[in-house]
Amino acid sequence: MFAEIGHFTVLLAFTLSIVQSVVPLIGAQKNWAGWMRLADSTAMAQFLLIAFSFAALTYSFVVSDFSLALVAANSHSAKPMLYKVTGVWGNHEGSMLLWILILVFYGALVALFGRNLPSALKARVLAVQAMISAAFLAFLIFTSNPFLRIAVPPADGNDLNPLLQDPGLAFHPPFLYLGYVGLSMSFSFAVAALIEGRVDAAWARWVRPWTLLAWVTLTIGIALGSWWAYYELGWGGWWFWDPVENASFMPWLIAAALLHSAIVVEKRDALKSWTVLLAILAFSFSLIGTFIVRSGVITSVHAFANDPERGVFILAILTVAIGGALTLYAARAGQLRTTAVFGLVSRESGLVLNNLLLVVATAVVFFGTIWPLVAELTTGRKLSVGAPFFDAAFTPFMIILVAILPLGAILPWKRAQVGKSMKNLRGALALSIALGVLVWSLQTGGRMLAPFGLALAAWLVLGAIMDLLVRARYRDNPLGTTLRRLRNLPRSDWGKAVAHAGLGLTVFGIAAITAWEQEDIRVVALNERFAVGAYEFQLNDVVNQNGKNYSAQVGSVTAFKDNREVAQLRPEKRFYPVQQMPTTEAAIDIGLTRDLYVVLGEQQGDGGWTIRTYIKPFSNWIWIGSLVMALGGCLSLTDRRYRVAGAARPRARPVPQPAE
Amino acid sequence: MRQLLLILTLLLATPLYAVEPDEILDDPVLEQRAREISRELRCLVCRNENIDSSNAGIAKDLRLLVRERLVAGDSNSEAVDFIVDRYGEYVLLKPRLSRENAVLYLIGPVLLVLGAIGAFLYLRRRSRRPETPLGSLSREEAERLEQLLGD
Repeated sequence: MFAEIGHFTVLLAFTLSIVQSVVPLIGAQKNWAGWMRLADSTAMAQFLLIAFSFAALTYSFVVSDFSLALVAANSHSAKPMLYKVTGVWGNHEGSMLLWILILVFYGALVALFGRNLPSALKARVLAVQAMISAAFLAFLIFTSNPFLRIAVPPADGNDLNPLLQDPGLAFHPPFLYLGYVGLSMSFSFAVAALIEGRVDAAWARWVRPWTLLAWVTLTIGIALGSWWAYYELGWGGWWFWDPVENASFMPWLIAAALLHSAIVVEKRDALKSWTVLLAILAFSFSLIGTFIVRSGVITSVHAFANDPERGVFILAILTVAIGGALTLYAARAGQLRTTAVFGLVSRESGLVLNNLLLVVATAVVFFGTIWPLVAELTTGRKLSVGAPFFDAAFTPFMIILVAILPLGAILPWKRAQVGKSMKNLRGALALSIALGVLVWSLQTGGRMLAPFGLALAAWLVLGAIMDLLVRARYRDNPLGTTLRRLRNLPRSDWGKAVAHAGLGLTVFGIAAITAWEQEDIRVVALNERFAVGAYEFQLNDVVNQNGKNYSAQVGSVTAFKDNREVAQLRPEKRFYPVQQMPTTEAAIDIGLTRDLYVVLGEQQGDGGWTIRTYIKPFSNWIWIGSLVMALGGCLSLTDRRYRVAGAARPRARPVPQPAE
Repeated sequence: MRQLLLILTLLLATPLYAVEPDEILDDPVLEQRAREISRELRCLVCRNENIDSSNAGIAKDLRLLVRERLVAGDSNSEAVDFIVDRYGEYVLLKPRLSRENAVLYLIGPVLLVLGAIGAFLYLRRRSRRPETPLGSLSREEAERLEQLLGD
């Protein structure tokens, strides 16, 4: 019953979205206030309707209503409650409904809190949002209906893929979608601005929080996915350059570029048309990502040909959205004029360089991802592009970016001198190099990666600290005053420094785990001790245990260091009978300086067990750094300027420049 | 993500994991070289996974083959050539730098250079023009620049 009403509300929302994509646009053009205001009510109504249908679907999963085809295919009555709920988006149809729910949620936020937006801009933004939701609601209704019933319900369901029954992955899609869909707001603002032919500081001030929010949630989503792969897939890989990962990484990179270029629009009234283009590109990559994941085209051209309906539908949405927006851009971008003047060396030029590197890096990822497809379609050659290519082709751009970041971040606006700004960074640079040399001399084996990575990471972190100190004018003030000034710096300054430092932590984690990881694979008899690096391990026993919907063999391993016990590890091998699927649960002793990572393998003929042991130094810094980056974004998001943004729309009001 | 999971599911359908203890060579230097080569070779039936971390049967065969060639005295590139001769370019996770793949390898550097030129021209114009109400770029110039930057 609920499912039928949920189905009905989806159809209603679809109808409303069509109305909302037409009426407010006309209203904005003709300056009819009533027609423009309609968008507010329809946006709220769309949200309430979709929220109801999402609740209805969730209810069906919670009560295990196997008369719904989707529930029967993806759930099971014995599944833990958490995974019954998260199973709602653990499948294609449900995840599309979640995508749309988030889309209309953002639309409702604009309707509710966008009181300060000029009514024409707001009407146009909501109309563009409605076009996107109309397209995706049509996709849901015509190709991926989650509310289909089956005539003869089965006694029990097929269960959710066991790999998905995991807290890390349960919340990975919602965060990713918050990010993907958040970029649709930047897109809508960009298209609305093109229709109006006007981009100013106030516009940038409205776009930046949305982009920032999207970037923060994408950061968290990608980090969650990477962390999940690390502990769940059984050998501690954390990034595979898989097309599906790249699909989420490309919007992240472009969003990072966008939120930097929007600063230039906001503060300096320059880079306008470039920023609008980035906003269009960012959401385009979200759509391309959705296409890659949903159509399967990258995995195999044949998978796409076998079931083309969904892929073709998304491809059509993609073509219309990207093609339409870019056409509009070509027609209108010329009207966006820049008046600002700044020197060849300035904060502005630093941000241009940041954009250049991020966009080129994105292009490399994009071409690497689609190259197998291009090669097969054009020349019939079958080839692979995997991690070794991306490591070699992508990393150099990131190294350049990181190397210039602290300097670019500290350059004054308008006109700067490298020498003058470097004076503030000399200490940080010297200390970073010294740290690198120290590590190089301490480590055995001559890999340059770790010292180099550590020096870069230290450069980022120390550079961020110096950035704050310079902002607080530490040279001219006694310590007490400096501290007070530090405390009173705008949140966005803190956010910037924290995010940059977070990047440094991640760089360090990546360099350390890549350079210093130790691995050991062997057959171990019970109670035999073996050494890996500075640690010793002992397999005590292996017992059988049963979970709620699986059976398991659980090993008990003790780890020693200097003959002192440091950890008890319980690696598992599970078997999920409903899906007939074995999984491996690695045991990880988590630490700031190292993870001990133990995987239980097969029992051998002589009664011993295959045990894989890894010592992964500083691996958690990768995700801690990502969270710190996200935290920086959140700090920036709470900056006072955004909370009062546009209280009175400062049309072309000069933005006060911070004294440097 | 779902897609990836589906594939991973298939991969994990056998509980064996990657390099098995009985495959490891006695000579640690040779073994290290074998591991390095393995990371660059694709498990042919897997999705985007190298033979070093894959547990598929073919990956094991390839791992053993690599070790066999190394023990027989092949250099790293000879061993890789030997496998590419038999399994095709598809087995390489990093495509060869050939004429057909030139675009793939050149796209990054070429875009960087073009973009840097475009950015430099833009910035120079910004720094030279006096502050005018109409902005300093003509419409064609602005479009041309966006083209360069957007390429």
